[in-house]
Amino acid sequence: MSMKKIGARLLQMLVVLLGISFLTFLLTYMAPGDPVRTMFAATGVIPSEEVMNEVRESMGLNDPFLVQYGRWLGNCLRGNFGESYAYGKPVVTLLLARLWPTLRLTLFSMVLMLIVSVPLGMLSAVYKNKLIDYFVRLITFFGVSLPNFWVGLMLMLLFCVKVNWLPVISSAGDFKSMILPSATLAIAMASKYTRQVRTAVLEELNQDYVIGATARGVKSWKILWLNVFPNSLLPLITMLGLSIGSLLGGTSVVEVVFSYPGMGNLAVSAITAYDYPLIQGYVLWVAVIYMLINLLVDISYNYVDPRMRLKR
Amino acid sequence: MKKQNFFLKYKSFTFFSILGILIILTAIFAPVVTKGVSPTEGNLLFGLQPPSAEHIFGTDKLGRDIFTRVIYGARTSLSATFTVVIIIFLVGTMLGILAGYFGGWVDIVIMRIADMMIAFPGLVLAIAVAGILGASVKNAIIALSLVSWTKYARLARSLVLKIRNRDFVAAAIVTGSKTPYMLFRYMFPNTITTLVITAATDIGTMMLELSSLSFLGFGAKAPAPEWGLMLNEGRPYIQAAPWLMIYPGIAIFIVVVVFNMLGDSLRDILDPRDE
Repeated sequence: MSMKKIGARLLQMLVVLLGISFLTFLLTYMAPGDPVRTMFAATGVIPSEEVMNEVRESMGLNDPFLVQYGRWLGNCLRGNFGESYAYGKPVVTLLLARLWPTLRLTLFSMVLMLIVSVPLGMLSAVYKNKLIDYFVRLITFFGVSLPNFWVGLMLMLLFCVKVNWLPVISSAGDFKSMILPSATLAIAMASKYTRQVRTAVLEELNQDYVIGATARGVKSWKILWLNVFPNSLLPLITMLGLSIGSLLGGTSVVEVVFSYPGMGNLAVSAITAYDYPLIQGYVLWVAVIYMLINLLVDISYNYVDPRMRLKR
Repeated sequence: MKKQNFFLKYKSFTFFSILGILIILTAIFAPVVTKGVSPTEGNLLFGLQPPSAEHIFGTDKLGRDIFTRVIYGARTSLSATFTVVIIIFLVGTMLGILAGYFGGWVDIVIMRIADMMIAFPGLVLAIAVAGILGASVKNAIIALSLVSWTKYARLARSLVLKIRNRDFVAAAIVTGSKTPYMLFRYMFPNTITTLVITAATDIGTMMLELSSLSFLGFGAKAPAPEWGLMLNEGRPYIQAAPWLMIYPGIAIFIVVVVFNMLGDSLRDILDPRDE
């Protein structure tokens, strides 16, 4: 991908972000629930209606919609996402503290997923319609049909309650508390991805060069790892980028199940507390992370597929 | 092909449609299946009882029969899921056909909105939307529909674009076919097969996402019997009463497996290219 293309992509990302920001702002604007009341309820005192109206006025909550949106957007661009109503701290500080745990969880589950699904998918493709292929397909089929939060709960029941190996609550955020949440995420992702690996590898196995190489007596494991696998990498990386989207959504559910100290968990509690600035910040941040990852995926094509470099 | 042979020829489709119909019938006739036990009223004296002959799935904290609640839960899950799938199918297809047929600014506006939705992790936005609108099944349906219609729009658009410039379309326009007629008689039938397959395979996914929303507390509200919500309510009793969590989860799993298989076998019938 040339610099020009990357620039075009960045511009496109900005437009999408603008749309997302408008949508989230619109939603929180229309939402029921009164943030000022919630804010005071958190302190335990409910003042008179006049006082609350004054606070609303000073926070700019009585201004017209577009004025509020413009002001909010301007602040966001300067890195100021406002102050959380519930915590009384800047949204940036709150999200930053939770960013690394979530990214770490995402990356770790992705590694787990790759370790499981790439060999399984290739095995299943090579032994197409053999017993092992049916077995892999059956397992992955069950995997995609399981609700991931339920898998989390069952793992918890098994490893924390029955045998007591791992902590029930992952609020510590250390490595031990990451095992179950990432395993939960990896099970669902791996089931989907194994099927995609299988399809991609099957596609390559049907190419003529495979028959050619076999005819010339090249060992089949060499064909598989040195030719077929590198050639099927391109679709696999694309799908990996896309699956990170569902991984980021999945983390919020799994983080809640395990009380893991990540962004998703924070966002869910923010939603229940009508903490608008925090929700807006979270949605925007996730959008940015997701888009950046997909941009990286696109750039990585340059290295994976030499044809892309020639194309310009 | 004769009609009698159809079900014999596609055994897997037949088998899973029978299972699917059974599930739907169970949901409709829930009061009969559960012998009139109420899903929302229990006897506090019999709270948190393990599975027994009387309560085969046990009871929850309020003494409500879990089996009854699981059966009634099928009503909520199935009706909400089908509503979402029908909404996204209709809205997505319609917008996609309009974008493909008219092109120009209609296309630009619709597809840029679709791009925006696709360039974003769906469940995150759905959680935010459902949470902000307030917890209810209706709002969960709105939230999921809002983020899921784009797939249909893209597919429908690309299918329409394939035939838009063919001669028979131009001929129909020249001979005076009105636009609505063009859309419904020419464009829509061309998209329907692919989109029905997509919708059928989407049922399982949507069901899982709806139950995730309920589990987080952004869907069905207590005391409604809903599987995701039941799992959430059972969570504090993971140690004392694991049956609260095991059975609703198995229910989701079974229903999703059946509808996923149904979708897959339908695709095999309608789209033989795939294999």
